[in-house]
Amino acid sequence: MTRIDVGSVLRNSANLPYRNLVTRSTGAAVRQCIERELAALPADETATLDFSQIGMMDFSCADEIVAKLLLDPPHGAPARTCGLVIFHGITDHHLEAIEDVLHHHGLAMVVHFADGGARLVGAVNDDERLMWELVYATGGTTVQALATRAGRAHTDTQQILELLHSRRLVRHAEQGYHPLGSLH
Amino acid sequence: MTAVIIVPPSLDDKGFEHVLEQLASQPDDAKIIVDARHCTFGTPYGLTAMLTLGQTRAEKATFLPPIDGNVSTYWSRAGFFRYAEELFDIQGSVPRVRSTDEGDKLLGITPIAAAADVHLVVERIAEQARHILTTRLKLEPRAQMGFTMALSETVQNIVDHAGHAGWVMAQAYQYRQRLAGRWVAEIVVCDPGMGFRRSLEMGNRRPITDRWGDGLALETALIQGVSRFPDAGRGQGLKGTRGYIGRRNGMLTIRSGTARIGLIPTWDDSVPLQENLPYFPGAQLRVIIPGELAGGTP
Repeated sequence: MTRIDVGSVLRNSANLPYRNLVTRSTGAAVRQCIERELAALPADETATLDFSQIGMMDFSCADEIVAKLLLDPPHGAPARTCGLVIFHGITDHHLEAIEDVLHHHGLAMVVHFADGGARLVGAVNDDERLMWELVYATGGTTVQALATRAGRAHTDTQQILELLHSRRLVRHAEQGYHPLGSLH
Repeated sequence: MTAVIIVPPSLDDKGFEHVLEQLASQPDDAKIIVDARHCTFGTPYGLTAMLTLGQTRAEKATFLPPIDGNVSTYWSRAGFFRYAEELFDIQGSVPRVRSTDEGDKLLGITPIAAAADVHLVVERIAEQARHILTTRLKLEPRAQMGFTMALSETVQNIVDHAGHAGWVMAQAYQYRQRLAGRWVAEIVVCDPGMGFRRSLEMGNRRPITDRWGDGLALETALIQGVSRFPDAGRGQGLKGTRGYIGRRNGMLTIRSGTARIGLIPTWDDSVPLQENLPYFPGAQLRVIIPGELAGGTP
């Protein structure tokens, strides 16, 4: 999995010697650098955006980087496969702004924690969250297996999983649905 | 003929309105003397708004500094005279101080003209303010982060919308007039730019109504979250800041043109919307965040 250090992007590519992601123009510069890196990846590759070196992020930057990355595929990439991204190093200091902009746009994202845990952040309903957690708990499996575990009809389960897939929150393979970043 | 504008003893938001009332009949190119000799108190709002006034004068105004040495020393430490010397013809001596960093000031008066200035302000606050916000206001880290975000977003308002350089200042103090002397942190951001009404007009974001004016422009931007930029994500900064201030039981006021709008908490008795005030260009934002009460209640 490719890792993009957002702190390094800020310092080097956007040419700013700071730790804090503030101002819309800075956010746009950082996002454009990240988009270029994402566009160079193979279509089915998932990238980890690492925010560990970022101090704080304001609302404008969260909108410019996080929301626009999730809204817009990098130029030239097919919409279904681009922008498979996991967010790492997200702290409470970032969440205030991120949650706000995700809810504003009706978006959600996958956050991985250092201890290996993962969480869905943003605008998701209870059904989507439950199914996403099942996909992560199983490490990925068939629709039927997930339907059985959720106690739901196959078609319902398929529908929810497809929605999560269209929102780029899970991966789809022949055998079923898998967490982002899994090897299956 | 030269007009003398008397600065009241308290140069705060209300005191500055008295200054503007006196200025209302004076054209921009009229010669004026701003007489602050008997001023005994200046808030961040008063000081930054006074610098903004200096920026608006086509004819450089004369400025008479406070007679009281303590007052003028405080103004010097806040950085007022450093910038006022460029904007006013200052008559009389002003105290020289070695540094503008002192006491409970979170951020001395700082000019804002470009995005890089926002970065500098945020870095400076992150370095200087943590101790005061922790020990005096008892803000937990997430609330401190929200404070810095509010600062960043309000300052960006100058860069994104004003079309003119402005000022920011932040200070922590015990609010004796309200909140029974609780510690509060205050951010003031002032600019003499185009103001909210013209900004929305330039972006063709003016609602179709006969009521259009500075008051409705402020309502449109602050309450409805409309920005002059058409992107769906624009306006998030002010909206997020509004949410943070609401959660902290804080106060936000914005004066622009001839109106002032406010998100007024129960501990203040200001009017939420005032119109037909004396005209003053640009936008003047004031944010007050109360510290924690014992037990963690904002």
